[in-house]
Amino acid sequence: MKHVITALVQNQPGVLAHISGMFAARGFNIDSLVVGRTEDAELSRMTIVVVGDEAVLEQVRKQLGKVIPVVKVRDFTNTENVQRDLLLIRVHAPAEKRPAVVDLVNLFRGRVADVARSSVVIELTGTEDKIEAFIDLVRPYGIRELARTGVIAMLRGGRK
Amino acid sequence: MAKTDGKKYKMKLEQGFVGACGGEIIHQILTDHGVDLVFGFPGGALIPLFDVLYDSDIELVIPRHEQGAIHMAEGYARATGKTGVVIATSGPGATNLVTGLANAYLDSTPLVAITGQVKSHLIGNDAFQEADMTGISRPITKHNFLVNSVDELGRIFTEAFHIASTGRPGPVLIDVPVDITVNRLEKPANLTMRIPGYKPSTSGHLRQIESAAKVINESKRPLLYVGGGVIHSEATAELRAVQEKGRLPITTTLMGLGVVDENDPLALQMLGMHGSATANYATQECDCLISVGARFDDRVTGKLETFAPNATIVHIDIDPTSISKVVKADVPVVGDAKDILAKMVNFIEPKERTEWLEQIAAWKKQYPLAYEASDTTIKPQLVIEKLGELTNHDAIIATGVGQHQMWAAQFYKFRKPRQIITSGGLGTMGFGVPSAIGAQFASPDATVIDIDGDGSFSMTMVEIITAVQHKLPVKFIVLDNEYLGMVRQWQEMFFDKRYSGTVHPCPDFVKIAEGFGAKGLRVEDPAGLTDALQELLDYNDGPAVLVVAVDPEENVYPMVPAGKSLHEMELGRLA
Ligand SMILES: Cc1ncc(C[n+]2csc(CCOP(=O)(O)OP(=O)(O)O)c2C)c(N)n1
Ligand SMILES: [Mg+2]
Repeated sequence: MKHVITALVQNQPGVLAHISGMFAARGFNIDSLVVGRTEDAELSRMTIVVVGDEAVLEQVRKQLGKVIPVVKVRDFTNTENVQRDLLLIRVHAPAEKRPAVVDLVNLFRGRVADVARSSVVIELTGTEDKIEAFIDLVRPYGIRELARTGVIAMLRGGRK
Repeated sequence: MAKTDGKKYKMKLEQGFVGACGGEIIHQILTDHGVDLVFGFPGGALIPLFDVLYDSDIELVIPRHEQGAIHMAEGYARATGKTGVVIATSGPGATNLVTGLANAYLDSTPLVAITGQVKSHLIGNDAFQEADMTGISRPITKHNFLVNSVDELGRIFTEAFHIASTGRPGPVLIDVPVDITVNRLEKPANLTMRIPGYKPSTSGHLRQIESAAKVINESKRPLLYVGGGVIHSEATAELRAVQEKGRLPITTTLMGLGVVDENDPLALQMLGMHGSATANYATQECDCLISVGARFDDRVTGKLETFAPNATIVHIDIDPTSISKVVKADVPVVGDAKDILAKMVNFIEPKERTEWLEQIAAWKKQYPLAYEASDTTIKPQLVIEKLGELTNHDAIIATGVGQHQMWAAQFYKFRKPRQIITSGGLGTMGFGVPSAIGAQFASPDATVIDIDGDGSFSMTMVEIITAVQHKLPVKFIVLDNEYLGMVRQWQEMFFDKRYSGTVHPCPDFVKIAEGFGAKGLRVEDPAGLTDALQELLDYNDGPAVLVVAVDPEENVYPMVPAGKSLHEMELGRLA
């Protein structure tokens, strides 16, 4: 089972190493880990997608909380939330196939970010499910290169 | 050159630290935290800091190896509850601290380790004597810091002492580039801590405490299982109040020895791999296990699936990560044991529990910790028993790691907290000699005895020189079986007596002691044992080493073989 957890951390050198090292040392299985700035210049947010059952998740939450520069931990399991992942993908699309590919991009409300002679770079945001569905659909055309940011998340309904 | 009078620096520091150099700021923060003794070893990256200490009232103890320094600081901290301070230079000095950091981390010992680092602008260049200490120590410290400028030095040191000593204590490392110890502060320092994420829970949740008490009150066969957390929390009196009111039998971990007088009828002694049969049977039979400041280590639980199979688990711990990490807690209570137990006692109902206590008394009678006596060779257990009697079970006992450590735990019969100083979580051979020295620095008038094995002793015996230098009357007993005995025991039991690597020829430890400037004694005949121990105890002019030639193939029993349940222990010759 996949769970999204965020940790608000003090911006300090070594925090990322600390947290990724802790995950490795304790054998936690992580799917993605994203770090970025927040509304507060002194704090960053890490969004971590963890694979495991409730017992593992409880340890992850507690072990994160124990890391001293971690200010707050939030578990998104069983919450109303918005999750987004960003995909950049280079797909084989010579002139004769390009319309079909672009159709798919439009259906998924993506964007063509770059066009070359025989390929396009597509940009798409959405939930992990949506992104994965899209990747499956373009796979037959030939995926040349793929990059994803990993999930970031926020609660719905005005709560922080 | 003579020392100056120590006032030179304070004057500058009274003016908001402005104009002070990094070394002076460090010195002042140490002083403000009541540090009067540090263990350290010099080096290039430390010369400016040591220069400040030259004029200081803080005593600087120089060991022979940095591992000695950090174990001394641990012994000091364990004997007093105060935060120990150790200083090592960049590179090899700092890496020599690694074992001690890991040891202090697993045993929750409050330490501040200061490491010198190469100049700020050289960091990352593989400079001479550069080691990435924050990287190396991250998984074995509670927290660590690399200081970026002299402006933040005071704040970081303040935070370090706070983090090391509060919540679940532990080691904190501060890596200080040498230029920062020289640089001078231009604007007043701000010491306000900036650790908003560090809020150790102290007071326990009242409703949880009530639920815990209810479970205990309803139980017919309760058992207290107590670890080192109660000692860190100074909660012995509160524990005793709960225990006596509820008539709760009590077993302790290795780290918890001393929270209860082991001569008490309700004390079952240590549990686990080499625990008493009574403690292990009681654990398996109890219907309510109340864990206080312990963490269900695999050496305690044996096979997890069958550990305490009938028990409702109450788990009291200050570290939320300890709770339900190994064994799922039915009633978790997070907080400081002292606070929780003080509140809990009000909800505990006095109960007789005659049947359960009779069962326990019967086990105790049937399976006391015992061994086969001999007139021809000295049994190691006898040495510890005798030592217990001769010292009224009241000495501070440090140990190495191995069979001798388990015998010390089983046979000394501890009475008070902070009496045993031993490496529990990491199991560090070599811990005994320096930690005993650290404890003696902390308690100059106490009788401090290191019960050591020949292998463990060999690893750090060089620190006896430090004890000689400071005229410390530390007593070292080497239970010399000329084996790395604990490993040999496993080889005997599980590897067909193939003693690969565990035969351990020893030098003449008496001569070595004498060469170091200590007193050296040796005994081989059981008839001479008491006199030899008495001679050791009576010698107070400096350190003394008593080598006891013990039965080389004696084994530690009971023993729960790895992977077996507690009740499947082998009782050895006791059975
Ligand atoms: C630093 C270190 N290295 C290796 C071990 C593995 N080990 C555990 S007990 C032991 C034997 C200890 O021998 P000794 O100190 O003579 O004690 P004895 O068991 O003989 O009483 C060894 C090698 C360890 N615990 N620590
Ligand atoms: Mg030995």
